Amino acid sequence: MGQITLSKVTKKFGEVEVIPPLDLEINDGEFAVFVGPSGCGKSTLLRLIAGLEDVTSGTIAIDGTDATGLVPAKRRLAMVFQSYALYPHMSVRKNIAFPLKMAKFDQAEIDRRVEAAAKVLNLGDYLDRRPGQLSGGQRQRVAIGRAIVREPAAFLFDEPLSNLDAALRVGMRLEISELHNRLATTMIYVTHDQVEAMTMADKIVVLQAGRIEQVGAPLELYERPRNLFVAGFIGSPKMNFITGAEAARLGAHTIGIRPEHISISPSEGAWKGTVGVSEHLGSDTFFHVMGTGLAESMTVRTSGEVSLRHGDTIFLTPQEDKIHRFDADGMRIA
Amino acid sequence: MATKHSRAASRLMISPAVLLLLGWMIVPLSMTIYFSFLNYNLLMPGAHNFIGFDNYKYFLTDPAFTTALINTLVLVGGVLLITTVGGTLLALLLDQPIWGQGIVRVLVIAPFFVMPTVSALVWKNMFMNPVNGLFGWIATSLGLPPFDFLAHAPLFSVIMIVAWQWLPFSTLILLTALQSLDSEQMEAAEMDGAGAISRFVYITVPHLARATTVVILIQTIFLLSVFAEILVTTNGGPGTASTNLTYLVYAQSLLQFDVGGGSAGGIIAVILANIVAIFLMRMIGKNLDA
Repeated sequence: MGQITLSKVTKKFGEVEVIPPLDLEINDGEFAVFVGPSGCGKSTLLRLIAGLEDVTSGTIAIDGTDATGLVPAKRRLAMVFQSYALYPHMSVRKNIAFPLKMAKFDQAEIDRRVEAAAKVLNLGDYLDRRPGQLSGGQRQRVAIGRAIVREPAAFLFDEPLSNLDAALRVGMRLEISELHNRLATTMIYVTHDQVEAMTMADKIVVLQAGRIEQVGAPLELYERPRNLFVAGFIGSPKMNFITGAEAARLGAHTIGIRPEHISISPSEGAWKGTVGVSEHLGSDTFFHVMGTGLAESMTVRTSGEVSLRHGDTIFLTPQEDKIHRFDADGMRIA
Repeated sequence: MATKHSRAASRLMISPAVLLLLGWMIVPLSMTIYFSFLNYNLLMPGAHNFIGFDNYKYFLTDPAFTTALINTLVLVGGVLLITTVGGTLLALLLDQPIWGQGIVRVLVIAPFFVMPTVSALVWKNMFMNPVNGLFGWIATSLGLPPFDFLAHAPLFSVIMIVAWQWLPFSTLILLTALQSLDSEQMEAAEMDGAGAISRFVYITVPHLARATTVVILIQTIFLLSVFAEILVTTNGGPGTASTNLTYLVYAQSLLQFDVGGGSAGGIIAVILANIVAIFLMRMIGKNLDA
């Protein structure tokens, strides 16, 4: 079990309100991702749930019981930190066994659980090494191992992949998703990387300045962003925003169109421009189109084999049904 | 320092300093060894003839020697115990965010800047003196007879004075070590269900091991040669109750004017200090490995 309910939670550091009143429901077994730009309060929110920070007002309930005043250890949550926070003077085995030792499990049970965790995480060969002798990915696994042995109600991850290199990050992303499928335990995952959010989450919580901008499944956020911020934050490359006459024609203050929903042609189309920088990824090509008079630069995504050069004239045609419309306050027009 | 050429150059560059340091050490040491084999007393002018190991024999069989050796070890051990335990506790206190933190830290460090003779005299006259001292006043105010610290517990008094001087040093080093403790580690331990005492035992103490080793090693070097505090308070007495090896060497060479015997005592002190150092490195040296 691991249902977490936040109601009217606020957090102030001195006079600065980092989290205005916030309500959020995370269901049992769900993989929830808090995503937002740095300084948006996502880590603070996680630490409030963990109990490492006290809420200024409001309540946090875990499995229906009020946990607002409980110390971290009593909340039955386990956390994986950005720096892994392994204990450098203990072997991997002792690191993983530490929470069990603190909970006064008997030694046979500790050994059994540590062995099981090591097997799940492929750490069998490293159990007697110190954290300092491990690579970044292995340390990450030890930190996860230390979290899973306690069989907590929920796991909290605080940007766990941001210290890993790109290739390892993709691998660990898969492993964590795999782990979630196997354990079926609630996980809350904080990241600033929208790719991680899109690929791993059951539920994405987009945060900005402590406010929840939108909560929903990854594709829901991609297809129906509630406002300009979410529209710009979710999706890579970013959505193109157009204001002015072209937007007014569709009865909106701003319209948005994703790079993958624009088709290109060298000869005819709705908007005319010139090719600026083009980024060839092999599978895809991103064109940055200048001089359309709509926006400073429009990004277009096409398949890999388009041979347009810098300075060539290009015509763009948006898919009308994929255009997102926003009013003057930046909110979506249905 | 990667290439053969740069290694050779570095050796060449560093050699004058090494030679200077070597000479600085070798000349006094060899002169002391030389004197220790002579019958050389300042009260008896004339030929200083070679008498072999007699000086050593006399020094080692002197009844004061065993007392001095034990006193030295008790003094070093006692001060180390007080300063490491007290220093850890003080560092934990000072690590807490408090109002006026800067001033408090300066005040705590202050005793280290008071020179040993001055602080020993202050302790002797203003605290431990049974008539004028603060402790005596407290005792008489409570209707108790004042305790003459320097007469009845001379070694303990010296230990207190020296510990008071060295406590700031260990506090300072342990405080900086505490401040380098990763706060996420503490939070992780908190999440793992470790209470305040468990966190201290399992996280803080191991983290402080290296700093504590440095404190112990550095202090041992200086505590083996405590002298000024003894000279101005007890003069090694009553009898030899607060005489340590350093003071015994001083008494031998400058109170009895026996240069040969003093030199032999000095060499013995050097050998004993090295034995202590070897034991210390065996016991706690592994903490210094990364």
